Amino acid sequence: MKLTLKIWRQQDAKSKGKMVKYNLDNVDEDMSFLEMLDILNEGLIEKGEEPVEFDHDCREGICGTCSLQINGRPHGPDRKITVCQLHMRSFKNGDTITIEPWRAKAFPVIKDLIVDRSAFDRIQQAGGYISVGTSGNPVDANAIPVEKEMADQSFNAATCIGCGACVAACKNASAMLFTSAKVSQFALLPQGQVEAAERVQNMVKQMDLEGFGNCTNTGACEIECPKGISLENIARMNREYLFASVKG
Amino acid sequence: MSGMLKSSILRKVVMALSGLFLVSFLLLHFSINLSSVIDPELFNQWSHFMGYNPLVQYVAQPILIAGVIVHFVMGFILEAQNRAARGKGYVQYKGSANAPWVSRNMLLSGGVVLAFLALHFYDFWVHEMTYKYVDALPEDPARYYEETVAKFVPMWRTVIYMISFFLLALHLWHGFASSFQSMGINNKYTPALVKFAKFYAIVIPGGFAFIALYHHLNHLAH
Repeated sequence: MKLTLKIWRQQDAKSKGKMVKYNLDNVDEDMSFLEMLDILNEGLIEKGEEPVEFDHDCREGICGTCSLQINGRPHGPDRKITVCQLHMRSFKNGDTITIEPWRAKAFPVIKDLIVDRSAFDRIQQAGGYISVGTSGNPVDANAIPVEKEMADQSFNAATCIGCGACVAACKNASAMLFTSAKVSQFALLPQGQVEAAERVQNMVKQMDLEGFGNCTNTGACEIECPKGISLENIARMNREYLFASVKG
Repeated sequence: MSGMLKSSILRKVVMALSGLFLVSFLLLHFSINLSSVIDPELFNQWSHFMGYNPLVQYVAQPILIAGVIVHFVMGFILEAQNRAARGKGYVQYKGSANAPWVSRNMLLSGGVVLAFLALHFYDFWVHEMTYKYVDALPEDPARYYEETVAKFVPMWRTVIYMISFFLLALHLWHGFASSFQSMGINNKYTPALVKFAKFYAIVIPGGFAFIALYHHLNHLAH
């Protein structure tokens, strides 16, 4: 397989950056997308050029580290997978593939295809936790019965890996899906009720402070989310927020 | 207002509530307009009531105008914030792969409807204010039907109205259903609610378009 790659290259956060074209031969369709980039980098290193920097870690779709906008879509053309789960068989011989970093004011580019997603960490730190002890001492949160349906919904929300594809896909760079998943996973459980009002207000406040956009309910985030996090979470967060605001 | 502007969720709730208020007003407006096709006398009675009832003129009308202003001002504020939130744009962005055109172009459809409202206000509201307060003409309960029909004699105005109603339909197609999500309503009744919203988005603007076309063609026939 022969490919032309157009990749965003940017020396550091302050540099301007530009798209650079690379030609790659002998790409195997069974390679993962990241393996294809590894081969590109090996070639660049052999030529004495700087390799393309990109985020990756587990390469199993679990950690949420990989983050590439491929041909205009987060994580590429396939649904419900991360870039590391994307394989070259999704492309054709002779294709031109455009690879860019996530674009959002709240996700500044650090280098090449790597963006700073610590805004998500700060949203999580603003309220994405419970104060109930879960270690069995003094009170075991696991001893509190939870309805199966609620537990399932909470688990589904908790599968969010915080990759940022929702922000990348949204035309407004909104972080509503991420934040709502993190709010929902606690809001649906009895253990999460203690700080429920405070949590949603603090997390939404932090989300707004980070400079993410507003939600237009286009549904792009849900479509591009590798974990299939549902828009119902956004409605739940809106509800929780409104109730919390009314309660004061 | 400033407190609401600080929260992205409250901004969207303001957008949703003002939008739902305007959606409900459309039904009233459509019902009155429809009477112009069915019974000109009934249309005159309705129009005279709306034009001279103090509750309508001094309470409902200012609330309606405020609703329109809040909706479009908030729309522009949201759009400015959303553009700023993206920062540097993508070289390639395939929005059509994951979201319908209507949901991605609410500014365009809303902008056209707003421009239409300017023409519509000029055609009817400014005319009405001039009649009552500038020229200080006496009440004439029989004038409304003829005045309205006269507006649709020129083809250019009828065409502009038709195009605007089409864009209104697109705006409602996404906006009506979306307003419930913004207010946190997403449950087992949502699919039925979305179907109703889409039905409304076709029927009401379609009905307005029919009335405009009816009066234009009716004039040609006579």
